[in-house]
Amino acid sequence: MKVLVAVKRVVDYNVKVRPNGDGSDVEIANAKMSMNPFDEIAVEEAVRMKEAGTATEVVAISLGEAACQDVVRTALAMGMDRGVLVETDARLEPLTVAKLLAAIVKREQFDLVILGKQAIDDDSNQTGQMLAALLGWPQGTFASHVVVDDDRVQVTRETDTGSQTLSFKLPGVVTSDLRLNEPRYVKLPNIMKAKKKHLEKITPLELDVDISTHLETIAVAEPTQRSGGIKVSDAKELVDKLRNEARVI
Amino acid sequence: MQRESMEYDVVIVGGGPAGLTAAIRLRQLAMAQKKELSVCVLEKGSEIGAHILSGAVIDPCSLDELIPDWREQDTLLTTEVSHDQVYFLQNKERAWQIPTQFVPASMQNRGNYIASLGNLCRWLSERAEALEVEIFPGFAAAEVLYGEHAEVAGVITGDMGLAEDGSKKPSFEPGMELRAKYTLFAEGARGHLGKQLIANYQLDAGAGAQHYGLGLKELWDCDPQKHQQGLVIHGSGWPLSESGSGGGFFLYHHENNQISVGLIVDLNYQNPHVNPFEEFQRLKQHPLLKDYLTGGRRVGYGARVINKGGFHALPTMHMPGALLIGCDAGTLNYAKIKGTHTAMKSGMLAAETVFDALSEDEQGGKDLQAYAERFKASWLCDELYRSRNFGSALKKWGLYLGGAYNYLDQTLFGGKFPLDLQDDREDRETLKEVADCKQINYPKPDGVISFDRLSSVYLSNTSHEEDQPCHLRLQDRDIPLVINLGHYDAPEQRYCPAGVYEIIEQGEGPQLQINAQNCIHCKTCDIKDPNGNITWMTPEGGGGPNYPNM
Amino acid sequence: MTVLVIAEHNNSELNAATLAAITAATQLKDAVNLLIAGSGCSSVAEAAAKVQGVSRVLLADAPAYEHQLAENVAPLVVRLAEGHTHLLMPATTNGKNLMPRVAALLDVAQISDIIAIKSTDCFQRPIYAGNVIATVQSKDSLKVVTVRATAFEPAIAEGGNAMIDQVEASGDLELCRWERDDVTESTRPDLAQAEVVVSGGRGLGSAENFQLLEALADKLGAAIGASRAAVDAGFVSNDLQVGQTGKVVAPKLYIAVGISGAIQHLAGMKESKVIVAINKDEDAPIFQIADYGIVGDLFDILPALSAELDRSVN
Ligand SMILES: Cc1cc2nc3c(=O)[nH]c(=O)nc-3n(C[C@H](O)[C@H](O)[C@H](O)COP(=O)(O)OP(=O)(O)OC[C@H]3O[C@@H](n4cnc5c(N)ncnc54)[C@H](O)[C@@H]3O)c2cc1C
Ligand code: SF4
Repeated sequence: MKVLVAVKRVVDYNVKVRPNGDGSDVEIANAKMSMNPFDEIAVEEAVRMKEAGTATEVVAISLGEAACQDVVRTALAMGMDRGVLVETDARLEPLTVAKLLAAIVKREQFDLVILGKQAIDDDSNQTGQMLAALLGWPQGTFASHVVVDDDRVQVTRETDTGSQTLSFKLPGVVTSDLRLNEPRYVKLPNIMKAKKKHLEKITPLELDVDISTHLETIAVAEPTQRSGGIKVSDAKELVDKLRNEARVI
Repeated sequence: MQRESMEYDVVIVGGGPAGLTAAIRLRQLAMAQKKELSVCVLEKGSEIGAHILSGAVIDPCSLDELIPDWREQDTLLTTEVSHDQVYFLQNKERAWQIPTQFVPASMQNRGNYIASLGNLCRWLSERAEALEVEIFPGFAAAEVLYGEHAEVAGVITGDMGLAEDGSKKPSFEPGMELRAKYTLFAEGARGHLGKQLIANYQLDAGAGAQHYGLGLKELWDCDPQKHQQGLVIHGSGWPLSESGSGGGFFLYHHENNQISVGLIVDLNYQNPHVNPFEEFQRLKQHPLLKDYLTGGRRVGYGARVINKGGFHALPTMHMPGALLIGCDAGTLNYAKIKGTHTAMKSGMLAAETVFDALSEDEQGGKDLQAYAERFKASWLCDELYRSRNFGSALKKWGLYLGGAYNYLDQTLFGGKFPLDLQDDREDRETLKEVADCKQINYPKPDGVISFDRLSSVYLSNTSHEEDQPCHLRLQDRDIPLVINLGHYDAPEQRYCPAGVYEIIEQGEGPQLQINAQNCIHCKTCDIKDPNGNITWMTPEGGGGPNYPNM
Repeated sequence: MTVLVIAEHNNSELNAATLAAITAATQLKDAVNLLIAGSGCSSVAEAAAKVQGVSRVLLADAPAYEHQLAENVAPLVVRLAEGHTHLLMPATTNGKNLMPRVAALLDVAQISDIIAIKSTDCFQRPIYAGNVIATVQSKDSLKVVTVRATAFEPAIAEGGNAMIDQVEASGDLELCRWERDDVTESTRPDLAQAEVVVSGGRGLGSAENFQLLEALADKLGAAIGASRAAVDAGFVSNDLQVGQTGKVVAPKLYIAVGISGAIQHLAGMKESKVIVAINKDEDAPIFQIADYGIVGDLFDILPALSAELDRSVN
């Protein structure tokens, strides 16, 4: 089984992001960038499959500007076999990313693609599902448990009411949720080894994918600040307000 | 414990200006002379620059020496200082501008640049990587590795994946040995390993006590109307003067309509009620500063200690197998409040020393006295010698007299006024009993100019893995309550700029709560605890603040 | 031109989040069609027909839709898309699972988790975990959108009178097999999903005192949360922590008891619809964001609140 894992370079989870002065974009100059946390989980899952012998080759791919190779290197240091960077300075939407990934999948015949369920920058939560659609593959989204058994995959998914278990025959797409696993720490010697692993660079043009955009971000703003409401004098008044004014109980 | 090990010719601990400069210089020399020389830099921050906090007005002299054509290569330092203003704040409303002709030469900044030191370090790290330096952010040097002859043989990186109780989590990865022929310690002020080495090798024998200030800083996006790119303001007086404490403030106008504003509070303050964070918050309410900030938006916060001891406090900077460089040794020039160019210079001197030593003898592990000689022969030693009395004069004689002395010494005698001032009490020894000191009532934050501590820490993007052993170690668990609380009303509640220490009333009476996850690695607690009972250790690598532009 | 809303349901009841999506749809167009794709779900269609604002209910009742697997439902939605300007679904796990698949099949973008509608092609949505709100415009002629349910009032479930049209079902593509659903059985709702959260801070003083909160939570069917200070003090385990490093919740009602309201805590609950603060310190920052505050001793107020809830129910 050949596994592809998509990894995105995003503003680090710990960095607070704010709109820039004219509200045209977010201010992230010199902010720490990292691998999207859900993608780290996806990488970990793939590496475990490799270690367990269920996967024969595990490949990490990132799409975007040249600096995205940093997160591919991190994935390689975690144990992925080789990397691919689809390099472009253009802004990529989930649909475009899915198309580019589909092109790579077709080129190389992957059996399983694992993605993070969502990137913590645009919070779209779309790419895995779109990729599955474009390939006509089944999808196991928001996975908290994945079992590969020969050519079948069983995926337990997190749902609003608990969990759901699905199974499908490969090839397929899985997107990872937080509880799928705990990613490992990268070891120093593996960082060194990762520098020597193969990282292929390719452009959207070479993949013959149209990367024009469908969406435009017109403005970004801070969420409206809450302001203090009223003070009530006692429990009775509070219950009354909650019931009759706010109508939340 | 069995640990994996990796070997380098030189291991550098700390990716600040000193460490990165040393790395670059080593590789420059190796390439120029076509020698093999492996160099790595360990940095405890999640990336280079993440833990760097500085003003900063930077004297480019060392950068000129290191990378002479930096001006052509990049738009690195772009904001030249255009004006210098120095003020004395008499009280919370009044400020007296010191006429230019009386401003000490050391406080004049023509030819210097206003910049983010963190971003300068990011740039230096790219340079270093291009020269094949291995840079490992997210890895702290937790312990010194000693060789057979009690020489420094490298360092051990921190264990990852330990639970709070010290047990191993499933993700556990033991730290590694990084063995080196020479190890350069460049951890910055109050280095955690530097402190141990100074003690082990008695490097401070004969040196004066090292003193520190706690520098608190905020970054503001300001109203373009009020912004004067290139303006540098320094001052002292109120509000620290109210409690008889020393220190000074700065306000620099960067590019992109940004202002950095900060207060340095000398850690030899005596009144345990002093709260450096609150002093800084009320300072910003002074009309002189408030005017610049009004209409702006605070976007960054952080704090870090700064060395003040200067020349007198410099320890021996060499020991078998290792050198101390930059603020880990204490090379900051306090008269100028500049430590970047000096840290860089000491890094270059160390690199040259080590390179020569390895060219002569590949063994390593020697005690490189040559470093001291190079240092003595350099402009760095001369510069530090000339400003040796600046801090002590202010401390000994107070603001007016001390200021007058400094003016005379720095301006008329070029720092060579024939008098040596020293101040030998450690900063932790200066606190008076709480009963003997006046309460200080700090105003409540207004949420516009002044803020509370926790919302400030929020802007430092600080995080630590939650489930790990506390990296703030108490030697004696009773001291915080019996001595600190009893005699000094637990000063750690106030001096910590991140609110890490809290006395909470819970059931059986007061207890000390340590919110280690908020720690911004400023090192104040390691310095100011009255009994030296708190030791700052390296937490799991990558933890701590994530400063973007500080 | 009409909006098509895809309903979330469990084959017997319409999920409340759908009502919010219907409200969003009525803000876009007058005519709203509602698709019920399921198996043996005619009761859902009947209920849906009564929802105000719905003009037509499209009922696709077939075994292939029983578990609303995206692989089977997406082609159905694609087939029905023609004649609609917008496809909407609440941003529930089902909505998030299905709609991107639909969008990709139609070769259009998806706009996720909208919280406001600026115009028929312009929407607001949170990014960076809600720290920034983006205004996004779509160039596609057909817009595929998921809707954050808490951002829109639910449509009124009674009084409407829509027609129910059966639509032809596509067969099972057999790409994916449903194995089972595990519904978390717990006396308390899950913290992250709960409609009401009662949260305690250091002010509670001890682990035992958290029982006071439980009594209140029982009455409200609420989940229990805690501030970091309460977790650090050992009152409760850290999976109850709400905030920057804990869970991020956005219930309809959040009651903060003995919580000062440090920004690190607010980061985890400030999107709640209604916030109540109970604290004895009237300067506690929590009051700056609370809709209703009581200044006073929580040990007096909590029992009174429980009693009051009992009394006014009876
Ligand atoms: C508020 C303030 C204002 C200042 N203003 C100015 C100014 O205007 N101009 C000026 O020139 N100087 C200024 N300075 C001083 C200047 O910032 C320092 O002198 C300079 O940063 C010292 O450089 P360094 O490389 O020695 O140490 P640092 O810059 O402190 O760098 C040390 C690095 O080592 C890392 N490290 C530490 N311990 C370990 C470990 N055990 N393992 C791995 N990594 C470790 C740290 O994370 C850090 O990245 C100011 C300082 C402060 C606090
Ligand atoms: S705990 Fe110590 S090192 Fe950390 S921020 Fe507080 S005073 Fe500084």
